[in-house]
Amino acid sequence: MSPTRISKRFEQLREKGEPGLVAYITAGDPSLERTPDLVFALERGGADFIELGVPFSDPIADGPVIQRGSARALANGTNVAKVLDIARRVREKSQIPLLLFSYMNPLLRYGFERLAKDAVAAGIDGCLLTDLSVEEAEHHLGALRTAGLDTVFLAAPTSPPERLALVARYSTGFIYLVSRTGVTGEQDTVSDAVGPLVAATRKLTSLPLAVGFGIAKARDAAVVGAIAEAVVVGSAFVRLIENNAASPDLDAKLEALARELKQGAVSARKKT
Amino acid sequence: MITSQPDAHGHFGPYGGRYVPEVLMNPLEELEQAYIAARKDPTFQAELNDLLANYAGRPTPLYYAKRLSTNLDGAEIYIKREDLLHTGAHKINNCLGQVLLARRMGKKRIIAETGAGQHGVATATVCALFGLKCRVYMGEEDMRRQRLNVFRMRLLGAEVVGVGTGSKTLKDAISEAMRDWVTNVADTYYLLGSALGSHPYPLMVRDFHSCIGIEAREQILKATGRLPDSIFACVGGGSNAIGIFHAFIGDASVKLIGIEAGGRGPELGEHAARMTGSLPGVLQGAYSYLLQDADGQVALTHSISAGLDYAMIGPEHAWLADRGRAEYVNCSDAEALDAACVLSRTEGLIPALESSHAVAEAIKQAPGAKGQIFIVSLSGRGDKDIDIYRENLKDLDEPDTHK
Ligand SMILES: Cc1ncc(COP(=O)(O)O)c(C=O)c1O
Repeated sequence: MSPTRISKRFEQLREKGEPGLVAYITAGDPSLERTPDLVFALERGGADFIELGVPFSDPIADGPVIQRGSARALANGTNVAKVLDIARRVREKSQIPLLLFSYMNPLLRYGFERLAKDAVAAGIDGCLLTDLSVEEAEHHLGALRTAGLDTVFLAAPTSPPERLALVARYSTGFIYLVSRTGVTGEQDTVSDAVGPLVAATRKLTSLPLAVGFGIAKARDAAVVGAIAEAVVVGSAFVRLIENNAASPDLDAKLEALARELKQGAVSARKKT
Repeated sequence: MITSQPDAHGHFGPYGGRYVPEVLMNPLEELEQAYIAARKDPTFQAELNDLLANYAGRPTPLYYAKRLSTNLDGAEIYIKREDLLHTGAHKINNCLGQVLLARRMGKKRIIAETGAGQHGVATATVCALFGLKCRVYMGEEDMRRQRLNVFRMRLLGAEVVGVGTGSKTLKDAISEAMRDWVTNVADTYYLLGSALGSHPYPLMVRDFHSCIGIEAREQILKATGRLPDSIFACVGGGSNAIGIFHAFIGDASVKLIGIEAGGRGPELGEHAARMTGSLPGVLQGAYSYLLQDADGQVALTHSISAGLDYAMIGPEHAWLADRGRAEYVNCSDAEALDAACVLSRTEGLIPALESSHAVAEAIKQAPGAKGQIFIVSLSGRGDKDIDIYRENLKDLDEPDTHK
């Protein structure tokens, strides 16, 4: 498989000695029309990767902020096909790496073979499904990989070394480390579990590591940026979208938050 | 001979498995190991059997419903009396098994979801019995329609947390319980109440309820000298049904009939009849038949009985259906209500609304089945449903009916 935009971006970041920022937003929130502009705003602010959330009716891994974002997106009629439309519109202007971020059922219903083809054609680079364990992914990975998509899996503080090894074996592009046991949502501090999890995963893989769940402030991005290749932020962006849905300044505010977080992450490496 | 056991990863044919966030994968593995060890441990089994006998009230009778059978002039109908168990439904079988397991695993805090409130009450009960902290998640709509059980749980010392998202019913309560478990997994045991969710739950819950069928098989052989022709059980997630079916799976002559909630009608959103044309999908940890729309979003469901009001059927049922070993039909809200009245007045048994669905199907099939033997799983008694019966049978609720 030739390197995706994801691997290429990690390579560029490595050369610059800079941690990346992965920004999650739920596609279709506040509207299907506005999502591409929000992606461009995040990119201007310094986001290196975008996770486009495909909303699901029963998001068991998400806290209240992303649950509400998903509900708004569903009310706007968001589905896989419309998220792929958004990706096409982003690709008219930008080469930022794009990942689909969802739960199993919407993609299963769309069909993995069909999804793999259509997603690559729309400019998607990878795929991450919160409730798809490596064990159950077996049957679906072939279709995604053959089409040229990265398959990113999550590792957690509860994953023993055997499971970390499995996650590393099945992941391409990068590995997503869940910073703590819990659902998505902003936290006041970075969990103590992150350091040991990064260290344990490093021993098993040379893939880049992205750390997410709970990171919301520049200060936290710095803590993560010091030890991982990328910082993932979701709920903080979704909350900003929720609070400014009708505001003409939404794009500017998202851009500013992305800038703050990216600078936070970068500052960590500058010091060391 | 047909058997029904999951593979090493908890798949019943293509169904079941483990579709959960990575955080839960190792805890599920630990739970499976703990369960396998407990299952083989004679002291665990002895303690469970003692509680089932002396605390819960097993074995439950298999009662010959003579007046009902005579009135219908068809099949001989026997009723498996799970309604006589402590707390009023079959749910206590599973709760006693799982609470012993939780204690064995050193967990101090128990969480559960509940629909009709029977599983919540049974969980609160076993937590009181063992001095464990207990929190039960319940949809706000279910809290309204099963108010009595909310109070019972609180009286037993449990904390009841209302869930106001989605349809405010069982599905939403499970999501919230799973979020709690993901967050507090180190010290918390999730006591799931039906044959649903990720492996090992469907297997474990089935095993803890398999006493229903084992007893019923012995009892019917003793009473009639032969196996029954058909067994009827309602199917929410499918725990009472799989519990009574399992001992008979190898008996090819015995028809296994699961009854789902037909609700108000066949349109999506009006019922919870998963086996009438839904496609398999993934919800809350498992792959099985799932009511969903064309985009893979889980459909809303409706049933007059909170315990059947859920979008997915347990994975072992999906597999039994695919192989033709069990068949699944549905009864409407109205048919369930009628059956409840009939059973109350011919046998003096007021059934839970869930169980009424099974009674309704047996009543439907009995007249054409002279010479046959039916067993109906009466999974629970109707006390919890008195408010719903009152709302629907207004003429009985006049201050003076002798006017
Ligand atoms: C009395 C009774 N029967 C049946 C059910 C449905 O559950 P299951 O299908 O797991 O037996 C419930 C669930 O609440 C119940 O309370």
